[in-house]
Amino acid sequence: MNTPANVLIKEFLPGLEKPSTKWYLWVALLSVVSLFGMFALIMQIVKGQVITGMRDNAVWGIYTANFVFFMGLSYAGALISCTFQLLRIKWAKAVLRIAELITVSSLVVGAPFILFCLGRLDRIHYLFAFGRIQSPITWDVIAISTDLVFCIAFLYFTHIRDFAKLRDVTDFNVAPWRKRMYKFLALGYQGKPEQKKLLHQAHDIMAAIIIPTAIIAYSLLSLLFSMSLKPGWHSTIFSPYFVVTAGYSGVALLLVIMWIYRRNKLMEKYITNQHFNYFGFGLLILAFVYAYFSFSEYLTDWYNQTTAYEKLMHDLVDFSHFGWLSLFHIVFAFIVPVIVLGFPWLRSINSVALVSAFIVVALWVKRYLIVVPPLENPFIPIQDTRTEYVNYSASWVEWALTAAGIAVIILIFTVASKIAPIIPVSEVADMENEEKPKLLFKTKG
Amino acid sequence: MKAKEEPGNNRRKFLRNTFALGTVALASTAGKVLAADDSDNKKTEKIKVLTTDGQVIEVDKPADNCKINPFAPAQGDAARQGIPGRSFVMVIDLARCKNARKCIEGCQEGHNLKPDQEWLNVALMKDNPEAEPYWFPRQCFHCDNPPCVKVCPVGATFKRQDNLVLIDNERCIGCKFCVVACPYSARIFNWEKPNEPIVPESAYSPETSIPHQIGTVSKCDFCADRSREGKLPYCATSCPMGVIYFGDRNEDAVSNGTETVRFSQLIKERAGYRYLEELGTKPNVYYLPPVNKMFDYESGLKDLPEEQQRVYDDLRDGNKSNK
Repeated sequence: MNTPANVLIKEFLPGLEKPSTKWYLWVALLSVVSLFGMFALIMQIVKGQVITGMRDNAVWGIYTANFVFFMGLSYAGALISCTFQLLRIKWAKAVLRIAELITVSSLVVGAPFILFCLGRLDRIHYLFAFGRIQSPITWDVIAISTDLVFCIAFLYFTHIRDFAKLRDVTDFNVAPWRKRMYKFLALGYQGKPEQKKLLHQAHDIMAAIIIPTAIIAYSLLSLLFSMSLKPGWHSTIFSPYFVVTAGYSGVALLLVIMWIYRRNKLMEKYITNQHFNYFGFGLLILAFVYAYFSFSEYLTDWYNQTTAYEKLMHDLVDFSHFGWLSLFHIVFAFIVPVIVLGFPWLRSINSVALVSAFIVVALWVKRYLIVVPPLENPFIPIQDTRTEYVNYSASWVEWALTAAGIAVIILIFTVASKIAPIIPVSEVADMENEEKPKLLFKTKG
Repeated sequence: MKAKEEPGNNRRKFLRNTFALGTVALASTAGKVLAADDSDNKKTEKIKVLTTDGQVIEVDKPADNCKINPFAPAQGDAARQGIPGRSFVMVIDLARCKNARKCIEGCQEGHNLKPDQEWLNVALMKDNPEAEPYWFPRQCFHCDNPPCVKVCPVGATFKRQDNLVLIDNERCIGCKFCVVACPYSARIFNWEKPNEPIVPESAYSPETSIPHQIGTVSKCDFCADRSREGKLPYCATSCPMGVIYFGDRNEDAVSNGTETVRFSQLIKERAGYRYLEELGTKPNVYYLPPVNKMFDYESGLKDLPEEQQRVYDDLRDGNKSNK
């Protein structure tokens, strides 16, 4: 059988076969970083959170910032892949698996970060045993666990056809257990028309469910902050702002990962200039939307200079406090992206990827600026001589777990792209010989 | 929850019980009781008590393992109900506070807290650039619309019918959401291993918060266990200036230990207010404005370490600086 999909998959087979020593070393390195994070977590459990940088006043720190950051990436990945699936946008198909992998990997990494904040991990089951629906944390527990199930299901659905291909393809030199694994994972998919139709419908249904789920879940997450009376958090704009920020960071990370995969010559055929062009344009629009929301958020607080906000605003621009971080955020989340993406002569695959990397970092900084400064500016002034109670600074434990989180995401990508091609081969092959895309909504006339 | 009864503990409980019956034990009898700790014939032992109508009667001495103690801190569901018919309030007279910080010491000692764990704090406040700074003791406000209780995901912190907001440290998962939700910074977290309880193996009660537990949140509990006994909180009794009044709104009486006054009248006449009323949390701690102060606020700085004094520099010098 020489269907387009079979030809395509043959190109990817060498990459899926026996991994090189370099690959093993890379996995070992990532595992070491992850294990060190595990060690830090164990230390924290044994010694208590006194070994973190958190203290009264700033009782949340980069764990919460990471939680918001990674969950944002996750929801963005889900929104991108599901929207493109539903809208039948063909050109993006080649990179949608990356978006789906971002979704699942940052979800499994992001969700635990809120648990690292817990003082009593041994009582984690109380969340279910004594759960109170009034609490935004309970909303998050429900939303995130729902989302996790949906997103893993969606990721799996998009893999089924490729698993079937990998099961059937000849001259694929892998261990028998891998063959058995593909056979199991393919769920007996033979490419029959009714199977194809069923899978396609499953795709659409999951996509249609995930889009609202992701928006709701990330809005609920923003309520962790905006439901509090704290100046800087108590804001009605937070839910849409968070969703936009998520989308912005997600597209940026997608571009970074596209660039990384594109360094492999084979991928240049699939992850093309056009992808960077289109997604770069999307990123530019998101940069403006993001700037619009950021501006709106601060403008109302700044304009009236109420006592409660005054000190917070002062801290945010004070170079001995958060001034440098604020500046970094403004420059790399807005000014630089708009300049580089806005002017054609500055736009190249490399520059778009580099700007995207800066955006991802700047949006992490933004999450830090959302979490920490309001905690350091309560209504009753902090008049403490203990510096760690006045100003938060993360300890090695928190950085170790953050590094571990990043390492686990990279690890998931590294392993996942050994299990199946990072390009959704069957989908891309369809794209070339599909007569007419079937639209979801048909209008008569 | 059963606690192992210590012999010494029992004796104290027994003494309390006799009080509880509204009786006065004769000194000799009491002495005998105390002496006869392990005697076998205690079942038949009698004690003389005075009834409410003035008669001296003899009753059986309660057995040593008698567990009825009306003043014992409530446990389990009872601790979540509160004391019926009570409505505890606190009034803080800012005109009298001179930052002696005895309330903090008394609180820490009474609640077995470490020196850096402050359930109660005294801040230096300044209402406007022209105003004179004043000392502002801040307990938990035991709000009627408590933001902390709303956000707790497991119901570890709760509002009782007697106004108290308490924490069940055996339920708390340590998410600290209540800490960030409280606009008054009243809650603290047990970052490290807390002090060992002074009375070992005492049963945990949300009314005492003892033993403290690592990784959980704690805060001022209005000394719920002492309220049960009709005693004032530690902060009120240890304040040398009588700044802190504590009492029951239903009785319309608050006391600072030396004088007992009508709560409603005090608030009316002295223009009592609640801190950040506009947040709608409906606190149960009222403040009397710092007018006609008995002390210059500077006198509260004298005994502080230099480092701590520097913290207040912004408020003290340059009356116009309002950062």
